[in-house]
Amino acid sequence: MRKVAIIGVGCTKFGELWDKSFRDIFIEAGIEAIEDSGIEGREIEAIYVGNMSAGRYINQEHIAALIADYSGLAEFGIPASRVEAADASGGLALRHAFMAVASGLHDIVIAAGVEKVTDVGDPAGMLSTTIDQEWESFVGANLASLYAIIARLHMETYGGKEEDLAMVSVKNHRNAMKNPKAQLKREISVEDVLNSPYVAEPLKLLDCSPICDGAAAVVVASDEVAKKVTDSPVYISCSTQASDYLALHSRKDILKFKSIVKASREAYKLAKIDPKDVKVAEVHDSFSIAEIIAYEDLGFARKGEGYRLIREGITELSGELPVNTSGGLKACGHAPGATGVRQAVEITLQLRGEAGKRQVDAEVGLSLNLGGAGATAVVSIFRI
Amino acid sequence: MIGIISYGSYIPRYRISVDEIARVWGEDANTIKNGLGVIEKSVPDLDEDAATIAVEAAREAIKRVNIDVRDIGAIFVGSESHPYAVKPTSTIVGEALGVGNSYFTADLEFACKAGTAGIQICYAMVKADMVKYGLAIGTDTSQARPGDALEYSASAGGAAFIIGRDPIVEIEATYSFTTDTPDFWRRDLQPYPSHGGRFTGIPAYFRHVLSAARGLMENFGYKPSDFDYAVFHQPNAKFPIRVARILGFTLEKISQGLVVREIGNTYSGSSLIGLCAVLDVAKPDDKVLLVSFGSGAGSDAFALKVTDKIEEYPRNPTVWDKIRNCKIYVDYAVYLRHRGKIKR
Amino acid sequence: MIPRFWRKIKFRYDLIGSYCKTCNNYFYPPRNLCPVCRRKGEIVECKLSEEGKVISYTIAHNSEGAPLVIALVELDHGARLLTQLACRPDEVKIGMRVKRVFRKYGEDGQEGIVYYGTKFIPSQNST
Repeated sequence: MRKVAIIGVGCTKFGELWDKSFRDIFIEAGIEAIEDSGIEGREIEAIYVGNMSAGRYINQEHIAALIADYSGLAEFGIPASRVEAADASGGLALRHAFMAVASGLHDIVIAAGVEKVTDVGDPAGMLSTTIDQEWESFVGANLASLYAIIARLHMETYGGKEEDLAMVSVKNHRNAMKNPKAQLKREISVEDVLNSPYVAEPLKLLDCSPICDGAAAVVVASDEVAKKVTDSPVYISCSTQASDYLALHSRKDILKFKSIVKASREAYKLAKIDPKDVKVAEVHDSFSIAEIIAYEDLGFARKGEGYRLIREGITELSGELPVNTSGGLKACGHAPGATGVRQAVEITLQLRGEAGKRQVDAEVGLSLNLGGAGATAVVSIFRI
Repeated sequence: MIGIISYGSYIPRYRISVDEIARVWGEDANTIKNGLGVIEKSVPDLDEDAATIAVEAAREAIKRVNIDVRDIGAIFVGSESHPYAVKPTSTIVGEALGVGNSYFTADLEFACKAGTAGIQICYAMVKADMVKYGLAIGTDTSQARPGDALEYSASAGGAAFIIGRDPIVEIEATYSFTTDTPDFWRRDLQPYPSHGGRFTGIPAYFRHVLSAARGLMENFGYKPSDFDYAVFHQPNAKFPIRVARILGFTLEKISQGLVVREIGNTYSGSSLIGLCAVLDVAKPDDKVLLVSFGSGAGSDAFALKVTDKIEEYPRNPTVWDKIRNCKIYVDYAVYLRHRGKIKR
Repeated sequence: MIPRFWRKIKFRYDLIGSYCKTCNNYFYPPRNLCPVCRRKGEIVECKLSEEGKVISYTIAHNSEGAPLVIALVELDHGARLLTQLACRPDEVKIGMRVKRVFRKYGEDGQEGIVYYGTKFIPSQNST
């Protein structure tokens, strides 16, 4: 397999983009990525798009074709695919782009993610389509309930407190203050989180990421192409994916996300690194507890010791392993189909040294994109 | 010998007191409590209805006896608050119990006597050897118009009886007295029932209960003194106490079954839950008179005799245990929500 | 949605799950294929225990109603299911013994069908 690089990145603001349509936002992200890359639009050979909900929310299937069309690529008739794995759709798109180039099938492709949730009333229930409809939704559960059930048992087993979860949200909000594209630009305190109303005990409103509009795109190319257009390509060392039982009740141990463990161990092997070699990471904090568990299942801490990382400030911007420098899903906002690609954009900017006020020092980065309650995990490792 | 081979009952755990209802309507609670002889009533949870209550009562009856549920050949659920106007409750019960597909069934309605009517039908089918066992259930989550006198007593609950041969309680005789009397009714699509006030007394409850009881005794040769217990339909405590006295029964003979004081009028479950309370303590050879009453109007009377088999029969938890344990009190606003009278 | 609900009525009303004769495991909800043995497994319907214990739970504050107690319950047979507990939130503890009850899960609006199913209450409660 040949080396694969990201040569261009683009991303819209994440948030409630009332005056922008589905078509507006993917074009905006796409153009930014292409201009950043230095290639011409007609050189794009394929598009992989992650999107979770267009069919249900704007009644539009067949969106990959729509995107290729409105991006002005219809004349070239390139292959355009939409991939879906709940809110890991973006990560999936990135992985498909990686596979297409690594295998030699294509030289230049686009991986994009887009989600438009504000066209239809209240998107709050959107993530709940990702859980088992017949046996979990039916009994009144939504995604927050499932993470809450996990959180309660995790906290009781390993001595976690609601304050620990709050600190994750506080950190991510603080980081987002330095991210011009983030949805929520206000600092919050642990008090604020603890005082916010319960959504599903023990998770409170400020433990949960907001669902929003957003689009992100990256241009993925072979090393040969990369060397022609840039001095500092950021390489995707590998992109791995794993699955787990969809419903919590089918899992033997609900405190361990087997999909994260499997995908990350495979990734470390392929990239020939250890977890401690990762110096910046974007993880899937759809709920604060998910970030703590990610620390453990990615191998940054032993099972049960995730709390130590946040308590000791290890994952702060100034710490040994900054996590979610962009503000994460919590403060940057979670546009389900786009998040996985947005994470790749952030890591790329960090490794290039283009992350502005939130810059950290890293040569190896990792992104973790999860679907629903962890039935899909995509891990990608990046390095310069 | 044909009769009851097992019984079960279910009473929801929520309660609202007469004091609380009187407070809202500005009435004097003591006057009401003295007048009706009721101090509090049961209120169903948000996720309970006549079907869920029927299933719970039936499951208890099945658990207490060793039969193959697939031998239940008939199911009759009587109620005036069936969840559907069209689609039977009896099939929901049949499916939940796992009785299979070979059973006779239809839903029954006759105000508060639909459950006892079911017992008569099951008795006849067993007697005719059409079925090995029949399941008769009386269940209700009755509604009352806010501010109406009935609001103090209309409650929720149910009881189930498996009828078959070789019983713990033999049905020695049954007799029904029926007329067309509009004392209490509800027109289709109306949310609340209407009634004739004092007309529901002598021309309705008393005429039919007395006629059925006397008819049973005359036709089958019983005297009041033959019975150790009597259970009457209980819209409040006053009516059954008065009818007992008229017929010649002492207060002691009816107090074991007088559940209305603490759970209200469970309509189709009313006399049946009272019967369960009596069976919880009855001894072999005890005779029980059961007389239900359904508005519209009619009464079903039964002469029951307890057999030796009751000694081996598991009777815990008892009805009075269920009436008194695990209670949760609600205020009037929460009560309105539970009864669906206010919705989001 | 009606056929989809109807197909599983007996499994919802009466806790009937799957048993794999090949690996001796119980599953709920029912499965077509044993996840351990796949095609080598012999899967049959099996009525599961009516009691179990609470593995974990949450009190969900949905926009539509009273707080719901949603719990992951492990039946005595070993199979787990997600369910509602029909009791007060303060009555719930991790590890608590629970027993099944038959309740309404919802309805398809005022005109639609009613969805019944199995919920659980503390084993020590009579109701």
